[in-house]
Amino acid sequence: MKFVDEYRDSALARDLARAILAEARPDRDYRLMEFCGGHTHAIFRYGVQDLMPENLRFVHGPGCPVCVLPMARIDQAIAMASQHGVTLCTYGDLMRVPASERQSLLKAKAAGADIRMVYSTQDALAIARAATQQQPAQQVVFFAIGFETTTPPTAVALKTARAEGLRNFSVFCNHVLTPPALRAILSDSADEVARIDGILGPSHVSTIIGSAAYEFVARDHGLPLVIAGFEPLDVMQSALMLVRQINQGRRDLQNQYSRAVSPEGNTKAQALMRDTLVPRERFEWRGLGWLPESALKIADAYADWDAEQRFPVAVTPGREHEGCECPKVLRGLMEPTDCKLFGRVCSPENPLGACMVSSEGACAAYWLHGRSRIPQRTASASAT
Amino acid sequence: MCLAIPAQVLSIDSATDQACVSLDGVRKEISLALVDGVEVGDYVLVHVGYALNRISPEEAEETLRLMRALGALDADAAQGASQSAPDQQPQPTQAGAAE
Ligand code: SF4
Repeated sequence: MKFVDEYRDSALARDLARAILAEARPDRDYRLMEFCGGHTHAIFRYGVQDLMPENLRFVHGPGCPVCVLPMARIDQAIAMASQHGVTLCTYGDLMRVPASERQSLLKAKAAGADIRMVYSTQDALAIARAATQQQPAQQVVFFAIGFETTTPPTAVALKTARAEGLRNFSVFCNHVLTPPALRAILSDSADEVARIDGILGPSHVSTIIGSAAYEFVARDHGLPLVIAGFEPLDVMQSALMLVRQINQGRRDLQNQYSRAVSPEGNTKAQALMRDTLVPRERFEWRGLGWLPESALKIADAYADWDAEQRFPVAVTPGREHEGCECPKVLRGLMEPTDCKLFGRVCSPENPLGACMVSSEGACAAYWLHGRSRIPQRTASASAT
Repeated sequence: MCLAIPAQVLSIDSATDQACVSLDGVRKEISLALVDGVEVGDYVLVHVGYALNRISPEEAEETLRLMRALGALDADAAQGASQSAPDQQPQPTQAGAAE
């Protein structure tokens, strides 16, 4: 497949691995945080960590929108479906995420709620259009989630609904912004901050907001950041670029993923987002708490299509599973295998936290691809 | 969740702003609402049914060229170092890294 296979070439991977080994100084550690869950997934799926020198470690960040969505928002969506009888449409990623009282969208659906999986906001609009013909009273709510990558399609849906005067469609907006989350992690209180030497910056988020959106990392936090593509060779090349910067004491913003990312990003998509969505004063992130200006809500001009206003529900704040260490995992403070529940009671078949549900969550990645390597890692860790 | 996949544009319906793309051989209808000026034959990144951006073939080629250069250069340098090769060996690495 063009623009994919070239970046999975194993001979080139070995060359890059050798280059990293040659450049990484044996007398220091390199802790590189990958912000995106897509990177976490690629690192595990292709065994990139195994090709790295011992003293270079990938630290997994919070960059999976499913993993950072607090339980209360899923509770709210389920309540919309059950209390108001709306048809709830959402992306498949959300279906199995644990909600309060051992609920999930999938279980609510099995219990009779009208919850449907869609691939695109276009599908959700089509369901609403069809409903206006068959059951005009039926309301369709699109449960929108995702970082800046997934936000523009929601903006298009809002525009389309307004243009068509589609009154039985609305959006439950849960879109969150990556720069405030990265800022929060990098300015965590001193005793809690994960030691990070460099950052692999978001790939597809950056196609929309542009690489320049991450200039603050070098400027305010003194850390090098490389916008990195999702394929294994992209990750390796980016790691090499970070190692070089660290060795030279540089702290620059570099763009490895220039085939898809420009400094200014997709300005058309940005304009659509600005027209339909505005920043929320604050929003709760699982693992990071309440962060100011870190999420979007529907603009006043589109209030008629705002499910939160149209279908208010009261939910008691959901309580996460007591032993779940997702918050620490998401901030790079703990490895999934350090969680007492990992693999014992928590697995992808029976996930207790969101990090185990999403294939981009660190816990699921460890479980699916990293199990064979875990004893080794523990052994080497205890030996030092 | 943020995964986007490269696909080649096979045809465009400008009336609906939709395109038919080939995703590794599979045909799919996607929306072009987020990108202007897409032409048949272009590669776009597809995410949840939308083209997010065009992929630049020139930049893609340049990235691969850099990767090969990095890999080859450092493999040489590593080998050269162990054999105490001539002084000029590591220099390109230095120059490349200092850009
Ligand atoms: S292993 Fe399960 S319980 Fe532990 S942190 Fe991960 S998701 Fe939470």
